[in-house]
Amino acid sequence: MIEIKNLKVSVEGNEILKGINLSVKAGEIHAIMGPNGSGKSTLANVLAGREDYDITEGSITFMGNDLIEMAPEDRAREGLFLAFQYPVEIPGVRMANFLKHAVNEVRKYHGQKTYDAREFLQKMREKLKLVEMDEKFLSRSVNDGFSGGEKKRNEIFQMAMLEPHLSILDETDSGLDIDALKIVANGVNKLRTKENAFIVVTHYQRLLNYIVPDVVHVLYQGKIVESGDKELAMHLEEHGYDWVKEESATV
Amino acid sequence: MPSDQKKTDEQQLLEKMAKREYKYGFTTDIETDQAPKGLNEDTVRFISAKKNEPEFMLKWRLKAFQRWSKMKEPKWAYIHYPPIDYQDAIYYAAPRKQKGLQSMDEVDPKLLETFEKLGIPLAEQKQLAGVAVDAVMDSVSVATTFQKELEDLGIIFCPISEAIQKHPDLIKKYLGTVVPPGDNYFASLNSAVFSDGSFAYIPKGVRCPMELSTYFRINAAKTGQFERTLIIADEGAYVSYLEGCTAPMRDENQLHAAVVELIAHKDAEIKYSTVQNWYPGDQEGKGGIYNFVTKRGLCDGENSKISWTQVETGSAITWKYPSVVLKGDNSEGEFYSVAFTNNLQQADTGTKMIHVGKNTRSRIVSKGISAGKSNNSYRGLVKVYETAENARNFSQCDSLLIGDKCGAHTFPYLEIKNKTAKVEHEATTSKIGEDQIFYLNQRGIDTEDAVALVVNGYCKEVFRELPMEFAVEAQKLLEISLEGSVG
Ligand SMILES: Nc1ncnc2c1ncn2[C@@H]1O[C@H](COP(=O)(O)OP(=O)(O)OP(=O)(O)O)[C@@H](O)[C@H]1O
Ligand SMILES: [Mg+2]
Repeated sequence: MIEIKNLKVSVEGNEILKGINLSVKAGEIHAIMGPNGSGKSTLANVLAGREDYDITEGSITFMGNDLIEMAPEDRAREGLFLAFQYPVEIPGVRMANFLKHAVNEVRKYHGQKTYDAREFLQKMREKLKLVEMDEKFLSRSVNDGFSGGEKKRNEIFQMAMLEPHLSILDETDSGLDIDALKIVANGVNKLRTKENAFIVVTHYQRLLNYIVPDVVHVLYQGKIVESGDKELAMHLEEHGYDWVKEESATV
Repeated sequence: MPSDQKKTDEQQLLEKMAKREYKYGFTTDIETDQAPKGLNEDTVRFISAKKNEPEFMLKWRLKAFQRWSKMKEPKWAYIHYPPIDYQDAIYYAAPRKQKGLQSMDEVDPKLLETFEKLGIPLAEQKQLAGVAVDAVMDSVSVATTFQKELEDLGIIFCPISEAIQKHPDLIKKYLGTVVPPGDNYFASLNSAVFSDGSFAYIPKGVRCPMELSTYFRINAAKTGQFERTLIIADEGAYVSYLEGCTAPMRDENQLHAAVVELIAHKDAEIKYSTVQNWYPGDQEGKGGIYNFVTKRGLCDGENSKISWTQVETGSAITWKYPSVVLKGDNSEGEFYSVAFTNNLQQADTGTKMIHVGKNTRSRIVSKGISAGKSNNSYRGLVKVYETAENARNFSQCDSLLIGDKCGAHTFPYLEIKNKTAKVEHEATTSKIGEDQIFYLNQRGIDTEDAVALVVNGYCKEVFRELPMEFAVEAQKLLEISLEGSVG
């Protein structure tokens, strides 16, 4: 699905990612943990194609394409989805209208017929149920005045609408109450297939009780310093990052 | 990052922008009847005679001309342009073959074709349902649809030149009462030389069942257009009126100085919407219309209401402040505006809300969007007289910048003479959010569409004030104007 090799990224001359290697296959869920400022969101943003980052070295192959060469919208159309850590508000743009644009752009890209209004509404209703969101959200402006938790759920709703191959969830669990956390996790699990993959960025082992990862990575100071199974997440929960810091200091 | 690729994307967009054509830039090859170049008393007499006007109109015009001769062009607006040579323009141009048309079939087919190209079918079998149209080319009205249907309700909707002939009493009673001939430089000029425009009178208690609209088209070269519109809603009447306008692409600047007067009597309501799309000039700022317009409404009676909605995307220069004088107690004034400027366009636009009566309310929502190297200013005055107990005003003025070579300016003025007044003003200036665009990109929407979505969202409060069909038109127009403005 995605193959990241020796990825080095700087912002305004400061190297933030210092040689990331990561390979995610179809059907897998990878969790990325790590202290604040270690570069998790940077990695997610670079994968999604955000400007303001200089890729100084390395390569990223996504579904056989050179991802670095692709415009952000083409990455999305090829099936890469980022659930943002901080979803943006877009006043005046109705959710339904926004989603219709998005979904139809992706369908056009693949030479598929665009949905008509009725088909589309049906699809939206179906996916709203998945994240237990009220239909009223469709006529509200994108994220405008949404509570923190509603914004996060809305990201998962969009993911469900777009049916991506690779979804990167950047701290989608932060700010969710326990019920919402279950709803989000449940949504992800229902969308999970053998053909798609997830990269889940989180600070809390709690989420990983519901979304069970195949691999857990620890990102520290721009490098993946540990990889393991879900036990690693438990260990981090108990002992924090100090041991990781000590270990990497001795390397 | 693929910064190299980004550049090429930007370049492509810029190239696209360079190629972007003003869709309405064609000219119609039609014979015109013109006044000799220049402006003096004889020009005024010429126009009045051409129109076969009664003596009182000629006197009115000459007085206006005399005042204008002693006035100076105003310089306070945030706009810059070379001096206008008023003697180098033609003040009257009319498509020939125009006498006493009995039906639409007698209108020159070329004219019908012109308006059809603009999306305004006039021929009877094609007329827009629910919209009565007065089509004005250069200085004269060429056709008015649905006149008969409206007449049956006692509604008068006709060219103002016709109203001067057929309804001199109404003209004498109302013309120049809201915008007096000596009001300002451009209004005086208009009063002296206006040649046509629309006139509407809605009688007592009648709710006009269709949109009334006028389409203005400048066609002839080297001419100015000076139209005059007068709309009166008598007690308890209601009317919704829309004006649209386009012009050919020409290298020279053409002057457009219109006057619009609205009068709402007791319990009456007038909704006036404008979609202004005069030729804006090219990328280097060559050509384009100079749009100097005076629009004012008088809420004369109790509980009357006047609402201005404007979507301004065209013209090289826009100088325009649709205003409401809230004279009647409990009367209400509104101003909703979207002003978009690109390339080297300059807009200085806003409103005046003059509170005179008790419990008068006004609301101002202005959305300025600047792209390219353009300059966009909001200029507004809220004035509350001693007599205006419990006046209320709410103003919201937002500016959105696309790129970093453009400018946005806000000049709100307040003059409050009554302590019971409550006036609220909110203003924001923001750059189009890179994070919003990226968010939309990440959902598969390309940058151009993303900008259009964000800008449309930003203007929504204003668009929803427009009649349905025109809201769609305005949105499309904005999208076209936005094309290539990112980069
Ligand atoms: N655009 C930017 N300009 C300057 N510094 C940046 C920029 N983006 C990221 N950084 C810096 O890079 C480092 C990594 O940030 P990043 O957001 O990737 O961390 P994170 O691992 O997601 O942290 P958190 O757990 O707090 O979300 C931080 O020190 C941050 O300040
Ligand atoms: Mg982060």
